[in-house]
Amino acid sequence: MSIPTIVFRHSIATRVLHWLNAVCVFLVLMSGLQIFNAHPRLYWGQYGANSDHAALEMTVGDPAKGQSLGIVRIGQHEIPTTGLLGVSKDGAGELVERGFPSWATIPSYQDLATGRRWHFFFAWVLVFSSGLYFLISFATRHVQRDLLPTRTQWSLRSIGLDFWDHLRLRFPKGEAARQYNSLQKLAYLAVLFILAPIILATGLTMSPGLDAGFPWLLNLFGGRQSARTLHFICAMGVVLFIVVHLAMVVLAGPLDELRSMITGRYVLPPEKVK
Amino acid sequence: MTSRILTRRQMLLRGSTALGGLLLASCDRLSNSPSFRGMLESAEGLSYRTQRLLVGHNALAREFKESELSPVFRSNGTSDPDTPGYNALAADDFRQWRLKIDGLVARPQELSLDQLRAMSSRTQITRHDCVEGWSAIGQWTGVPLSAVLTLAALSRSARYIVFYCADILETGADPYYESIDLIDAFHPQTILAYDLNGKRLPVANGAPLRLRVERQLGYKHAKYVMRIQAVQDLDRIGGGRGGFWEDRGYEWYAGI
Repeated sequence: MSIPTIVFRHSIATRVLHWLNAVCVFLVLMSGLQIFNAHPRLYWGQYGANSDHAALEMTVGDPAKGQSLGIVRIGQHEIPTTGLLGVSKDGAGELVERGFPSWATIPSYQDLATGRRWHFFFAWVLVFSSGLYFLISFATRHVQRDLLPTRTQWSLRSIGLDFWDHLRLRFPKGEAARQYNSLQKLAYLAVLFILAPIILATGLTMSPGLDAGFPWLLNLFGGRQSARTLHFICAMGVVLFIVVHLAMVVLAGPLDELRSMITGRYVLPPEKVK
Repeated sequence: MTSRILTRRQMLLRGSTALGGLLLASCDRLSNSPSFRGMLESAEGLSYRTQRLLVGHNALAREFKESELSPVFRSNGTSDPDTPGYNALAADDFRQWRLKIDGLVARPQELSLDQLRAMSSRTQITRHDCVEGWSAIGQWTGVPLSAVLTLAALSRSARYIVFYCADILETGADPYYESIDLIDAFHPQTILAYDLNGKRLPVANGAPLRLRVERQLGYKHAKYVMRIQAVQDLDRIGGGRGGFWEDRGYEWYAGI
């Protein structure tokens, strides 16, 4: 066996802000689901309330009509989701009407006021910590050097190959593991430069105070209820990112990956001896 | 080899489930810790100051076209106060109802609905945003709060305007109340509305008079207003946090 190659992968700023942002993202996501649960319906347009058409709703079905107890209705489609969405067990083990289940919300019990307190406090922390991340990452050229795909990575062929490798759970080894692969870079860029800005802007559009100062926000997103729906969709995009991100960490070697995000040092996975 | 990996994965899964449960329970505990809650609540001051800084004091909430009205304007909170006193007033079409204006004013007032209707009026089609997440667009007509406060000659020492309502939302609790600062009190769209969608305000939406404070969430828009009081601070009113829902943990500044 050859001697393992250790590279210094993450700067101190990236590591500290990664963990701070990770905690904040979990807290705003879960308190956000608590807020969603106060009215588990989504609309498109300027207005939307109970008597208006919902694009998506989580609700209670009627088993006598052959419906599931918990359902998610998207347009005309009804998806049975008892136990997870619409109806799930509360802390005492009783089935109750609830958009997202108690293990996914902060607090775990229904409490909109407290959910809002968590959400806005950690949203503010995120504004500062992610603002700092962007400043430092552009200044140190982390974004330009490590996150922007290289010219060769920008080809459909390279992205397709990476996609195929991911499907077969084959990850770069040796020298190829020094840089992020193209799919990985695109995922990071999508979260940083598409999802995060849309989540922030649609969140602000839901504020009646800011709408008065910046009415173009309403034009940009097609209304407060559209903004709320987009806020939710993009938040689910972040959830998808987290699921894939964690799966990749586990599959690619959790100890090495974790160490690199704590100490900065990353051991390049050795190439298989042919 | 395979079985060892599976066990490791199972352990990882079980471990993270247990850890998740532990963290979630900690979040619940922290939610009820006064000092942690105090920290969370500090964000409200930051939001309030930021919005006051970024948004002009007289910047208007968007006004919509008649074609954009919600087909049904949802009623929320109390849909009928149903107290003997309120029922008697409603039975008489609120002819005996008087809006009392007192506190830090030079000329306290008691105004009838007819007197309010005879004052200057403003009609606006605006969006009502409930803290729960839904929105409804309605057309409101009423007297600007600034006109009423000017009539009563608001004193210089006043800092907040408090609204006392006829409805009791929680058995045994004080009637509903709300409060706003003077920036919102003198905002051109802050009106005491007596009409909704061109008709007299229905009981379900706050008859005979409700506050419209268009740059804040729905719970600030006090319904069934009986009395308006100008005060210097909110400490000795209700639970001391400026409103019925504020006393139950919601933000006093509901601009977000």
